Amino acid sequence: MSNVLAHLDWSPFFITLKIGLLSTIICFFLGVGLAYVSLYMNKRVMAVFDSILTLPMVLPPTVMGFFLLLIFSRRRPVGIFLYSNFQIKIVQSFAGCVIAAFIIAFPLMYKNAKSAFLQLDKNLIYAGRTLGLSELKIFFKIVCPIASPSLFSGAILSFARAIGEYGATSMLAGNISGKTATISQQIAILVQNQKYLEAGIWVSIVLFIAFLIMLLMEYIQR
Amino acid sequence: MLDINIKKKLNNFTLNIECKLDSNRIGILGGSGAGKSMILKMLAGIEKPDRGYIKLDNTLLFDSDKKIDIKPQGRHIGYCFQNYALFPHLSVYENIVIGLDTNNRAEVDEFLEKFELTKIRDSKPNKISGGQAARVAMARILIRKPEILLFDEAFSALDIYLRDHIQEEIADVLSGFKGSAIFVSHSRDEIYRLCDSMMVIDSGKISNLGKTKDIFKNPGTKTSAILTGCKNISDIRYISENIIEATQWGVRFEFSYKLPKDVTAIGIRAHEFKPVWGEEKGNIIKFNLKSTAKLPFEDNYYLNTDGDGDITWLVQKDIKEKIDKKGLPDLLQIDEENILLLR
Repeated sequence: MSNVLAHLDWSPFFITLKIGLLSTIICFFLGVGLAYVSLYMNKRVMAVFDSILTLPMVLPPTVMGFFLLLIFSRRRPVGIFLYSNFQIKIVQSFAGCVIAAFIIAFPLMYKNAKSAFLQLDKNLIYAGRTLGLSELKIFFKIVCPIASPSLFSGAILSFARAIGEYGATSMLAGNISGKTATISQQIAILVQNQKYLEAGIWVSIVLFIAFLIMLLMEYIQR
Repeated sequence: MLDINIKKKLNNFTLNIECKLDSNRIGILGGSGAGKSMILKMLAGIEKPDRGYIKLDNTLLFDSDKKIDIKPQGRHIGYCFQNYALFPHLSVYENIVIGLDTNNRAEVDEFLEKFELTKIRDSKPNKISGGQAARVAMARILIRKPEILLFDEAFSALDIYLRDHIQEEIADVLSGFKGSAIFVSHSRDEIYRLCDSMMVIDSGKISNLGKTKDIFKNPGTKTSAILTGCKNISDIRYISENIIEATQWGVRFEFSYKLPKDVTAIGIRAHEFKPVWGEEKGNIIKFNLKSTAKLPFEDNYYLNTDGDGDITWLVQKDIKEKIDKKGLPDLLQIDEENILLLR
């Protein structure tokens, strides 16, 4: 056991953490922004918009991975464009991990932000307007602080989802040791190779992180 | 001064309000869902009319033809919301100064003092009483020196004692306020007390418009009669030019003049009945006592007549004493000028 621990490659832990943080940051700003913008849409447009944005929540991650491959493959327009102009490679890269995790985790952030905004007493926004506050000031000084518990729990849930992502990540970014190998991919590989002890160590780590996250959620929602 | 002509399609009906009132203390009375709050929101620029124009105190705030639609931020309107809409995450002090420029806060302490809020200046809205919340809302509005004040059912959540007290404070504030103040309410007392002109709204349309006292004296329509507090209303049929029968009560009323042809109902306010012992004269009602409700300073008598409908008779102190002495009256008499003719 101690031998196994001593020789354990910790890179999946840091890769996973980095993916989680980066994708959560993107989820947070985009989720909050789009949820707020969607409030100004008419009802039918909003329904379509919401459905599209939350689709990854119900689709199998491999299906999302398939679409992401279609978009970012270097044989396709977007992939060609990104590579020839910016030297950016999404497929089989760390950026691919972040994008896959972001797409899968995004609906959780969006849904939380949206329901927080919908629950907000509209009169507070109206009061802000009649008190002469600009729309920007209303958003930052009234809407966001009041919605903040839901926004934070949305961010935490997306982080949890992002670090657990497997399907879309493995399709888009692959499992390159030290580069795109996340904890969940590592566990799968280790089990395949019948290295149950190492897999067990990673499982314990994931369990511990998940427990911490749920504890944090309880604390925020209290 | 209010000069509006607005149309807006709502879920159940189309709001269609056209009126011009020179008064600057205006009440809007209406049942729930009649569209009265929507009118106020359109005046404030929170909701947009489909068509028309809004002119308040000679400022054109909205005109669909001229493509004018001043933002709520630019209308200089103070809007008092039903539950005050205080920002829950900000202290009393922060709620009051949020609408002020940072370099313009000299008066804040004075306002806190005036509205008796100094002691709770750092409290959050959920830690203060309803009366204090009402005063924070007023301070927050008035410190910005608005040109127009709108009150949307502002005091309906307060208990009677507090409401009376706050209304007194509002009356005091208004006595020094030059601009228009418009009150939306379902409380007839509030409108009677604070507004010299009023309109009654029913399903998005004006059913009465005029001086408050006149409308209370002669509501003209069934809706207005009910909203102004008339408890007894019956449909009628004509017996002759000057005799009608109240069909719900099975009682005939004779008038000394020719009645207009378009009367469809009559109303009698609950306190207008006069008890008669013995001799009958004028318009009288025979009744059986169904039940009574004892209130602190008056009694409600619910009476059966020949018809299906009940009559409510409000018995005040002096009559109560007479009934205690002489027993129930034989008949109730009603003067013809106290019979409201409704259309």
